[in-house]
Amino acid sequence: MTQQTPPPVVEMTGVTVEFPPVTALDGVDLHLRPGEIHALMGENGAGKSTLIKALTGVYSPTAGTILVDGAEHRFSGPADARAHGISTVYQEVNLCENLTVAENIMLGAEPRVLGGLNWRAMRRQAAAHLRRMGLDIDPASSLGSHSLAVQQLVAICRATVGDCKVLILDEPTSSLDADEVAHLFAVMRSLRDEGVAILFVSHFLDQVYEVSDRMTVLRNGGLVGEFVTADLPAAELVQHMIGRSMDVLEAAEEAAERAERPAGATPLLQVVGLGRKGSVQPFDLDLYEGEVVGLAGLLGSGRTELARLLTGADRADVGQARVSGRPTRLRNPRVAMGHGIAYTSEDRKGEGVVDGLTVRENIVLALQAERGWMRPLPRRQVDELVAGYIERLGIRPADPEALLRNLSGGNQQKVLLARWLATAPRLLVLDEPTRGIDVGAKAEIQKLVAELAADGMSVVFISAELEEVLRISHRIAVLRDRRKVAEIDGDGASMDRVVDLIAGGGAA
Amino acid sequence: MRDVLRHHLFWPVAALVALLVANTVARPGFLAVTVRDGHLFGAPVDILRTTAPLLLVALGMTLVIATRGIDLSVGAVVAVSGAVALSHLASAPDPAAPGTVLTAIGLALALCLVLGVWNGFLVSVLGIQPIIATLILMTAGRGVAMLITGGMITTVNSAPFKVLGSGFWLGLPTAAVLAFGVFAVVAYVVRRTALGMLLEATGINPAASRLSGVRSRTLTWTVYAASGLFAGLAGLLISADTMAADANNAGLFIELDAILAVVIGGTALSGGKFNLSGTLVGALVIATLERTVTVLGISPLVTPLFMALVVIAVTLLQSPRMRERLTAVRRRPTTGAQRPAARPDPTEVTAG
Ligand SMILES: Nc1ncnc2c1ncn2[C@@H]1O[C@H](COP(=O)(O)OP(=O)(O)OP(=O)(O)O)[C@@H](O)[C@H]1O
Ligand SMILES: [Mg+2]
Repeated sequence: MTQQTPPPVVEMTGVTVEFPPVTALDGVDLHLRPGEIHALMGENGAGKSTLIKALTGVYSPTAGTILVDGAEHRFSGPADARAHGISTVYQEVNLCENLTVAENIMLGAEPRVLGGLNWRAMRRQAAAHLRRMGLDIDPASSLGSHSLAVQQLVAICRATVGDCKVLILDEPTSSLDADEVAHLFAVMRSLRDEGVAILFVSHFLDQVYEVSDRMTVLRNGGLVGEFVTADLPAAELVQHMIGRSMDVLEAAEEAAERAERPAGATPLLQVVGLGRKGSVQPFDLDLYEGEVVGLAGLLGSGRTELARLLTGADRADVGQARVSGRPTRLRNPRVAMGHGIAYTSEDRKGEGVVDGLTVRENIVLALQAERGWMRPLPRRQVDELVAGYIERLGIRPADPEALLRNLSGGNQQKVLLARWLATAPRLLVLDEPTRGIDVGAKAEIQKLVAELAADGMSVVFISAELEEVLRISHRIAVLRDRRKVAEIDGDGASMDRVVDLIAGGGAA
Repeated sequence: MRDVLRHHLFWPVAALVALLVANTVARPGFLAVTVRDGHLFGAPVDILRTTAPLLLVALGMTLVIATRGIDLSVGAVVAVSGAVALSHLASAPDPAAPGTVLTAIGLALALCLVLGVWNGFLVSVLGIQPIIATLILMTAGRGVAMLITGGMITTVNSAPFKVLGSGFWLGLPTAAVLAFGVFAVVAYVVRRTALGMLLEATGINPAASRLSGVRSRTLTWTVYAASGLFAGLAGLLISADTMAADANNAGLFIELDAILAVVIGGTALSGGKFNLSGTLVGALVIATLERTVTVLGISPLVTPLFMALVVIAVTLLQSPRMRERLTAVRRRPTTGAQRPAARPDPTEVTAG
């Protein structure tokens, strides 16, 4: 209204979505204009994903209107929306793992010759899309063989194939490194300049400020308002999102205090020459009680693979492991759990949530599995435990009987964290634990990790967000090209030095 | 009211009641139960008896389906069980001796357990698709039964063994008491221990379950073994009823009836959440349906069609999407009240 703006391509007014008894969205408005990047902001469970799904026809609103190009429109589902130029990448990557990368990208827009598929053209076009996103992978490789972050990028490539006038990205950057984010933003900007309207969800405030022109803020399913990004200071934005003021930056600044490790202490877990063909080169690592060790490295540097060897998720084919000085083979997750080693996977949907079970069942799953089926946890103990974690981690809705699939992405993540905390591990390996978690909760979780370490737990922390790793780690292991290249003290580590090591400069 | 309609057992139970009503209309004395010689007699008692073997097979099938599997071999296992038991009785000097009968039962159950373990091995250790893995035994099993009976229909007289099939215990059919008893014990164990939850977790997300330390492989193996064992028991009940072991026809298509019972009971074939009480009702519906066909005098030619129609009706009513449609239609009149009052002109809204 303040300046000359083109008429919106998408105009949602008074949209209400109910999942009785929950009102996920209550009379929300959203205006998307051509040639803008519009951020959709809000805490976990605020209703961002629901608003997107209401637009693309996954959910049917119980009230409100949706105008597309000025005409009222109700899509019957994502395919219908896409046919009308609205492309969406949903929060949970939804591709065919057993098809190739090229097939996944070109599905639905396959080049044809003489009624058949033109495989060569398909691969060539897919490769061009991948290049634009800065991805150097073989289009003919199967998608399942790639990491989650790559899959996410492939999903984005897929969304940008063909004509689209609206591109919706629900937390596209949650598992990406700075480099990939930069590529993605470049693509987003060029699409914007071509006149595409982009809706973007992210919990990273700096990203939102870097790339968005305008934002819509939701709180508890209600609309707070629409703002021009440049006119809204970050502190005010946070206040709008959480409904009270909070200095994010300060709250997250948790001094990493470490009790002095006695000389000659036995590591809780010591691995020597542990490695696996095609996954990580043999590496040494000592993990001590009361210490947070961060893993830093680029996407595909072997961070996750290393963590998987430490926790029995994958089996090492060379090397030795010692737990408290005693030699062990970490054959599978169960064996590792027996030694008090817990692992939260980065792949929330594939390897984390059991979406058809309740919050309660998901939280007690690992603990119960450890006890065996014959010794069910007493119901009272379960209820106390579950209520405790719901409260401590702020899981919403605070209903132990809610099905996990009905929780927002960030809240599912918190449930997974609770599952592993409930087993009271001695070594907790966290692979992207704050993925998709909102600013407030993220600070809480970082604080929690620091507390756990102070209480004597050993923690391995992996995050694509380097600052986060730097902030809470006592020690940082740097990986490059599937090899551990350095180990540095967290206290003395500067961002620049770590970035240097990651990129291949500095001492190896 | 809505809660009753939403209850997962509503449609299966409604189908059962409808069938019973149809029977009673066709034959007014249908539900009558009389006492003769201290035993209960009547159509409902017969239905319980014919439900017994199906219930056992469906019980195993439910657990297997919960882990995302399927067991097609149960019909063949039924045949093997009967063949082993009756051949042993026939070859014994005194088929009525208690020791002989117990050995026959023991041998049959042991072999069926082994067959179940075999299935479980193929699926959980070798990672063969359940439908393929159990297809092997589905076809080979009848051959095994044929070998055991020497290609003939073995018949034998053994009063103590016959009790299993057509005897009475406390006035009720022994077969029914056994089957419902086993069912109750298993259901109790599954829900009182953590077994049910761990099975469901395995069925819903195997990878997440493995990382959580669930012994998915052992669990999967166990349910196939159990399915074999329960099918073996069902085979004993069936062969004791006729006192004949027919390698070709014993338990024919019982795997399909069992799968139907599971589906009617509201357990999805995609695995995960399962529902034993639903399976119980599902088995009763199928047994009653078979009975209804004879009571209504439906020609054998159209019987399969009639069965199919009932099954389609129940499964449609079970399907989440159908339910959504139905509830959407019912909910529509109330949406107006929930609209924010301040909004000037909310356009007409339809859900679904
Ligand atoms: N299918 C569903 N059934 C019931 N409740 C649901 C369903 N989908 C979403 N909800 C609820 O609606 C609310 C909004 O969820 P939504 O997924 O939109 O949050 P979000 O803003 O995307 O959060 P996040 O940042 O964690 O992804 C949550 O409280 C969630 O539990
Ligand atoms: Mg979301």
